[in-house]
Amino acid sequence: MTWTETLRTGWSAIRTHVMRSTLTVLGILIGIAAVILTVGLGLGTQKDVSDQISALGSNLLIVRPGSSTDSSGMRGGFGTGTTLTRADAEALASDVNAPDVAGVAAEKSSGASVEAGDTNWTTQVVGTTTSWLDVRGREVASGEFFTAADEESGAAVVVLGPETATELFGTTRVVGQTVTVDGTDLQVVGVLAAAGASGDSDLDDVAVVPMSTAADTLFGGTDRNAVSTIYLQAESSDALGAAYQEAQQTLLALHGITDADSADFTINSQDALVSTATAVYRTLTVLLTGIAALSLLVGGIGVMNIMLVSVTERTREIGLRKALGAPPWAIRRQFLVEAGVLGLGGGVLGAVLGIVGARVLPGLLDTSVVVSGAAVAGSIVVALAIGLVFGVYPATRAARLAPIDALRAE
Amino acid sequence: MAEPTTLTASRPADADTPAPVIELTGVRKTYRTGTVEFEALRGVDLRIDAGEYVAIMGPSGSGKSTLMHILGCLDIATAGTYRLAGEDVGDLDEVDLADIRNRRIGFVFQQFHLLPSLSAWRNVELPLVYGQVAAAVRRDRAVAAMQRVGLGDRLDNRPGELSGGQQQRVAVARALVGEPDLLLADEPTGNLDSASTRDVLALLDELHAQGRTIVLITHEEEVAQRAGRVVRVLDGLVRTDAGGGR
Repeated sequence: MTWTETLRTGWSAIRTHVMRSTLTVLGILIGIAAVILTVGLGLGTQKDVSDQISALGSNLLIVRPGSSTDSSGMRGGFGTGTTLTRADAEALASDVNAPDVAGVAAEKSSGASVEAGDTNWTTQVVGTTTSWLDVRGREVASGEFFTAADEESGAAVVVLGPETATELFGTTRVVGQTVTVDGTDLQVVGVLAAAGASGDSDLDDVAVVPMSTAADTLFGGTDRNAVSTIYLQAESSDALGAAYQEAQQTLLALHGITDADSADFTINSQDALVSTATAVYRTLTVLLTGIAALSLLVGGIGVMNIMLVSVTERTREIGLRKALGAPPWAIRRQFLVEAGVLGLGGGVLGAVLGIVGARVLPGLLDTSVVVSGAAVAGSIVVALAIGLVFGVYPATRAARLAPIDALRAE
Repeated sequence: MAEPTTLTASRPADADTPAPVIELTGVRKTYRTGTVEFEALRGVDLRIDAGEYVAIMGPSGSGKSTLMHILGCLDIATAGTYRLAGEDVGDLDEVDLADIRNRRIGFVFQQFHLLPSLSAWRNVELPLVYGQVAAAVRRDRAVAAMQRVGLGDRLDNRPGELSGGQQQRVAVARALVGEPDLLLADEPTGNLDSASTRDVLALLDELHAQGRTIVLITHEEEVAQRAGRVVRVLDGLVRTDAGGGR
């Protein structure tokens, strides 16, 4: 009996019991679609997170106050949160201390309410230096960025993110307008271009002011030299490691700390941030995929159940085929093929449902769903394997039936 | 009946007689259910030559069904030898037995045993499918066999669309299609009305006239009388072996 014969026989047996076969296929279908969607959602979320972090700029090292390990809390020094200063940023900008660091931009940021006429809008006010544009990889769409002179004098100027401008004025053509932050009037000198295509609104909703203006006029506070983040841009991606070392040595020396383990600052690369941020999602994905895989297992048991019913119901047919000369392996193969077709059918239909779901879900949940070809192909193979594995027992039972007993069955 | 001992059923063998189709020597079959042993056949000797038409008769429980299973290679003897067309089938495994059934035996069952989802000619070609015959050849031979039993115009009908007599003729076509050495019919008329019975028996007569070797298991005297030779089985032994009443 050839494979085509076997396939035709199996297919006609499946077609004879449409309802039963459909329900069996449904069990596999749901499992496969669930696996494809959970894996896709997990990958999509990871991609979203890493896109956001990449949008910060390229070849970046991010220095933050306090020490932290991968997952636990932060170790604060004396006077927590104020361990990074403008002096640190200046030291890192020196070619002597850190030759592999191409650019340094310290940020002193805080949420604040920005007013324009009757409108007010709460946004992130960032005090920084002129190098910010280059280091963060941003551009000015209209007007211009504030100058070194503005920074020197603590000028009352502001550069708005496009979204902030739109929220306040309803347009991005706002150069020359005045906004008020905490009672201080600031003149809008420029509007930033939107940050890439990632559509992350956080990067476009921002008000950038000179560091001196932020420290002395807007925020004030006890430690005017403290900064919240220092962004370092390495010369190239190859120089990231060297830049990391140099920055660490410089800051340790400056802070008078000998043991790198007790540093009062943390330097992260984008890669490290991505992996930290995606670790949680990865765990969640694995967990959900495990649950989806369990439903596949249940689907497989459904296949086995139906195949056992099929063997029992077709005992006489098995007996006849054996009497006519079917060897045991031909009977086994016939039922295995039937189980395999059920599994494969469930796999293919489940993959289709998963792909359709991946198209529909992002619109409903506002997250990306990444369906990889490998995941789809893998699921189909797994579905086929489930059909075959759970078909082995029923098929073996069929193959072992004695022809006379099988012929006599009612 | 005077002699309770085993009766040797073989006829005097001439030197130029071809090898017998069936040659049973001292065949025993014991069934075991738990600790209870039941001896269904207690030493059967039987020889059937090519071209013979033999009816095997016996009441239920006589062992005639067991004998039929062994003749059909559906079961194997506990002791004794069975040569089918010269081939000893006593120590063949399941795969070889399947092959023997496929090549050497054509079965006709009381319940027809046609597959309801297949058309008539698809049913007829089944033995060829397992005999690894090419698809184009199968179709031709199945059609020829259907024409042989007078159903050349019912090739594509499903068994459910045929009368009982027609279904049994499809089953006979299926038994013939592989050109087996032996046609083994187990109560072929048991489920048929008298008209269909006459029909099927006439067909068997024709096949016999063409030189087929036919073994017919039955409990009906008039059916048995159609055969050239009647073998009566009782209590696991062959009791009488005589020419038919024709």
